[in-house]
Order: sequence, then C-alpha cells, then structure tokens
Amino acid sequence: MTWLHPATIGFAVRARLADMGHGARLFLRLLALVGTAFARARLVFDQVHFLGNLSLAIVGVSGLFVGFVLGLQGYYTLQRYGSAEALGLLVALSLVRELGPVVTALLFAGRAGTALTAEIGLMKAGEQLSAMEMMAVDPVSRVLAPRFWGGVIAMPLLAAVFSAVGIVGGWLVGVVLIGVDPGSFWSQMQSGVDWWYDVGNGIVKSVVFGFAVTFIAVFEGYTCQATPEGVSRATTRTVVTASLMVLGLDFILTAMMFSI
Amino acid sequence: MQKSKNDVWVGLFVLIGAAALLFLALQAGNLLSLTFGDTYRVTANFDNIGGLKPRAAVRSAGVVVGRVESIGFDDKRYQARVVIDMQSGINFPKDSSAKILTSGLLGEQYIGLVAGASEKNLAAGDTINETQSALVLENLIGRFLFDKAAEAGTPAAGAAKK
Repeated sequence: MTWLHPATIGFAVRARLADMGHGARLFLRLLALVGTAFARARLVFDQVHFLGNLSLAIVGVSGLFVGFVLGLQGYYTLQRYGSAEALGLLVALSLVRELGPVVTALLFAGRAGTALTAEIGLMKAGEQLSAMEMMAVDPVSRVLAPRFWGGVIAMPLLAAVFSAVGIVGGWLVGVVLIGVDPGSFWSQMQSGVDWWYDVGNGIVKSVVFGFAVTFIAVFEGYTCQATPEGVSRATTRTVVTASLMVLGLDFILTAMMFSI
Repeated sequence: MQKSKNDVWVGLFVLIGAAALLFLALQAGNLLSLTFGDTYRVTANFDNIGGLKPRAAVRSAGVVVGRVESIGFDDKRYQARVVIDMQSGINFPKDSSAKILTSGLLGEQYIGLVAGASEKNLAAGDTINETQSALVLENLIGRFLFDKAAEAGTPAAGAAKK
C-alpha cells in the first residue's frame, strides 16, 4: 500500500501544482509575447500556413459531410411534424452554435495539435532547444510563440469555414436532393439566426478553443520527456487533454452564453 | 522582410476564412435585414403576448415596418408592455390596432398592425390602445368546452342549483 503513504500523496499533489503553475506561467508569457511574435510576422504566417492551410482539406470535407448528415437527419425528424421548412434553421443553428466550433477544435487538436507537440518534442529530444538557449536565443519566443499565435489565428477561421461549408452541405441535401423549398430554407434560417447572438458567440467559442488547443499542444511538447517514448506520450496527451478541455469549455461557454 | 511562396496560400486561407464569416453573417444570420435607419418608439399593452420575443417583426399588410424592442410587465395594469421601434417615414393613424399573429403553423410570432381612421398619426412615446392578445390554445379549448357544457347541461345546472 505504498500509494496510500502520505509522502506519495504529498508528492503527487505537489507535482500537479507545480505543473499547473508552470503551465500558467508559460501561458502568460505566450500572451505577453504577442508583440514579439508579430514583430517577426514571417514566423507566425508560416505557422498559419502549416496549421491553417494544411488543415483546410480535412475541415472542409468534414464540414460538408456533417452538413449532409444534418440535412438528412433533420429532414426525417422535422417532416414528421410537418415543418420541413425549418430545416435551414436547424442546420444553421446547430452548426454555428455548436458543431462548427467544437468539431473543428477536435479535428484541429488531432490534425495540428499533435504535429505541434511532436515537432517541439523532437526539437527538445534532439537538444535543439538547449542549443538555442546556449546561443542566447529564447526558445519560448522563437519557437513556441509563433506556433501558439499561428494556431490562435487559424482556429476561428477554420471554424467559420466548417460552419459555412456545412450550411452549403445541408442546402445540397435538403434543397437540391430532397426538394425542400429553397425560399423557406433560407428565410427561416435568416429570421432565426441572429448575427451576434448566434454567429458572434460561435466565433467567441472558436477563439477560446483556439487558445486552449494550441496552448495544450505547445505546452505538452515543451514539457515532454526528451526521449522517443516521452514524445509519443506527449502527443497522445495532447489529443486527450485538448479534446476533453474543448468539451468541458464548451459546456461552460454554452451555459454562460445561451442559458440566460 | 522577404517574400515567401507561402504568402499566397496564407493570404488565400485568410480570405476564405473571412468569406466564410461574411457568408455566416449575411446569408445565415440576418445582418442585412437589420434596419439601421431612424426609428420612433411606441408602446402597446397586451393581455397575453404568447410566445412573442424581442426583435420579432412588426408587420402591416405583410411588410416589416418595425421591430419589437423589448417586452416588460406593467404591474399597474397587469398587462405585458411591448416597446416597438417603428421605422420613421412610415406613419400610422393614432387609433391603429395591433394583434399578435403567428407566421405559419409553427412559425414565430409577430405583431400585425392594422391602420385605423384617425387624422392624427402615431408619434414617439404614444401607446397603441387597440390590441388583441395572442391565441392561447388552452384558453381556446377551455372556452369551447365551457360553451359545450353550458349548451348541453342547462337543465342539469338548473337542477344542481336547487
């Protein structure tokens, strides 16, 4: 029963607290480094290209198919109540409020977050980060900050693309394939979706998720054990922690935004 | 700062993202249908507003002529007080009547405005006096049953009184 020993418990608690403190300090440093990062905008743009452009395919295709499925499922449920015209409203609201930001953040964690963690982790394992420190180059501002801010920029744009493509997908299935009246599809959507209350809050969500996912990816890479096994563990932890964090934050944000 | 071949693609990505946001705001949201013009504010008291919500449309002859600003409760008259922003430039007689209608069977509720015959027009701060509440299904059924019962049970009711 060594795990019940007070010293073991104490050590575990102290280690967790130290991790949290380390994470919070790194997060504040990355926030404070916004000026430094954009003074060398080239580095940030390269990361937007790597994290954003290269995620566009998976996000776009997923959005299209989520839109297809929403169109089909929504139609079959709504037509039971004779209100298939509300299909546009259903598709748009579910995408803009929930599915757009959340699914994009989950895909982003899997597609871009893992790449970030593995890249930074391998830099650490190859002692490149230590070499930079030896040359008086701060790895946090040279390596971590551009990646962090690149991800924060890319995430809301990807979420917007996801929602827009999803609405087009819902339109393709609902209007083109099934034959819902296009006029009522769009007009119900436009009368029911508020540009600030729904679209704006969806954007706020995706910005928060962008901060959370990118930070977790960067942090796991930066604090991983400098071994092949450590990098693989850190990559796994990135996906698990980021996904759980996104779902938890989504609940809190939804409760704050839409329950009033 | 030197150029790189990524610039084009990053620029395109940002443009696609901005276009998607614009699409969401204009096509899915109702940014275009917002009226930024001047409005004048009138109030109307209803016995029951049903499911009317702020920002619902105010229509006359099917055309949107204003929007519901806010909905409150008047604890002097025990009625709902609905504040309406009417588009300035569209004038209605002072004795116009407002009623709460529903667009379609399951659609949202809106205020229908029918012009009266007065010489004077509604001005800012005025109150619309002629109002008709939303149709509440329970009341309708209740009245129907009551009428039926009254029709069928008049002798019985008389007997019970004795």
